[in-house]
Amino acid sequence: MLDRAQVLHVARLARLDLSDEEVERMASELSKVLDHIEKIRELDLHGVPPTAHVVDVVNAFRADVPVPCLPREVVLQAAPDPTPEGGFGVPSPGAAAG
Amino acid sequence: MSEELLELTAAAAGEKVRRGELDPAELFEAYRARAAADDLNAFTWVADEPPSGQDYRDSLLGGVPVAVKDLFCTEGVPSQAGSRILEGYRPPYSATVVRKLREGGAPLLGKTNQDEFAMGSSTENSGYGPTLNPWDRRRVPGGSSGGSAAAVAAGLAPWAIGTDTGGSIRQPAALCGIVGVKPTYGACSRYGMIAFASSLDQAGPLTRDVTDAALLLRAMVGKDRCDSTSLEFPGTIELPSREDLKGVRLGVPAELTEIEGGVEPGVLEQFERTVALAEGLGATVESCRLPHAPHALSAYYLIAPAEASANLARYDGVRYGLRVDGSADLYTMYSRTRATGFGTEVKRRIMLGTYALSSGYYEAYYGTALKVRTKISEDFAEAFARFDFVVTPTSPWTAFELGAKTDEPLAMYLNDFFTVPMPLAGIPAISIPCGLSNGLPVGFQLAGPAFSESRMIDAAYALEQAIGFDGRPARV
Repeated sequence: MLDRAQVLHVARLARLDLSDEEVERMASELSKVLDHIEKIRELDLHGVPPTAHVVDVVNAFRADVPVPCLPREVVLQAAPDPTPEGGFGVPSPGAAAG
Repeated sequence: MSEELLELTAAAAGEKVRRGELDPAELFEAYRARAAADDLNAFTWVADEPPSGQDYRDSLLGGVPVAVKDLFCTEGVPSQAGSRILEGYRPPYSATVVRKLREGGAPLLGKTNQDEFAMGSSTENSGYGPTLNPWDRRRVPGGSSGGSAAAVAAGLAPWAIGTDTGGSIRQPAALCGIVGVKPTYGACSRYGMIAFASSLDQAGPLTRDVTDAALLLRAMVGKDRCDSTSLEFPGTIELPSREDLKGVRLGVPAELTEIEGGVEPGVLEQFERTVALAEGLGATVESCRLPHAPHALSAYYLIAPAEASANLARYDGVRYGLRVDGSADLYTMYSRTRATGFGTEVKRRIMLGTYALSSGYYEAYYGTALKVRTKISEDFAEAFARFDFVVTPTSPWTAFELGAKTDEPLAMYLNDFFTVPMPLAGIPAISIPCGLSNGLPVGFQLAGPAFSESRMIDAAYALEQAIGFDGRPARV
């Protein structure tokens, strides 16, 4: 079971400002889903290697040759706060940074 | 639009264009007008006009316009992945698959609706409203590629592409009575596909018939230097021609019945009828074992949200998309932007994934899921030592009513019972319509070993001819 404090902790890690109602709902819904998922912990998986990825690519190297990239002004077109210097504007981390 | 034009499959229309018997501009305009009049909410954007000055006479795809799932980045065209957090986003580049289709001679018809960031099985999680199923407008088209499936089924698009992470091509294809292919992992480049779960996501075709799927997939595959997990496809995707299934060995997993609540009787009936048809075509059918398949859903609902929680960290109000409370401090801006821009299901999965990866739970959840993934791959490897293909119903149910499962995440996740094992193993699978249950389409799924697409499509074609499914009721 996930309690309210755990939900708030995970929400903070995930950078999600959940409403009180959402916190309540997440606690109940995620607990139900996790109860179902728990069953895989009953399997005997001793000595089984993990599979993070099905394609067996260890290092995908290519020749270190520069190729054209998108112009800066094109990339900045989608930014909510492009700066005059040509960067992405962000608010100050401020006191509440975490 | 003329009835004759609407009756043509995409491959047939392309052939007419190549022979000079059909004007591609007329074909484009006919479908553009239908897509623009869409009342299923299948499209999120429709092109104004065809690209000018194109000669399709020597092209593979013959100028037949294609509908593209919203999450494929398309230069200068809204690409919002069904999310409000990307509202109005027009990428400065196109996905490799979109570029390959254009170069292959399929102009972009429009962008199609989807569950937000491909998280869902009904298209009800779209930030832009649900898509309706053309067989019954009170019902969902499946998801997450529900817009593409509904558009093809209703004849608003000749063919379409989508993405499949846990069933998002095959399940909507099944619920809309069309064909959907999830290729081998790595067959199609993921470059420019707005990511959900990177070790599972694959692009693939949603089409009216098996031949169209083969043709469209042929244009999509290939190694791409922009996606280091993409692979050179061995050979080419052959157009199907097989008339029988002599010598083909089909395995029916014994674990089929281990789904909570069981399979809808009408779905099981059509599945068994299709298996009998396969036997009639010369296939041998035996029971097989996939002992870990019933646990695939649990592994999937840890792995996919875990990867999603990392992939969706990029939506932070800095480089593109929505920003909320830009005058607050950085943390507040991040967390309010994300709380405002993401829908309920996306938040749920980010929370689940973040929890599964968090300190103290990582080994117990994510680590265990990765081991189950290994066992699922081993199960398939053993099955394919004895069988050419494993067959199942694509979805345990036919299309359900809008709102029927939105309050029960777990019930919604059970949709994916038959479709999640394949992406976990990276293997290809196809869904073809095999009949109706209470007037709604039922999908039949074949899965084969990695890179068996041509054989799999050929077998599906032989079955398709024997089934003789009639998709016309959805096109009126």
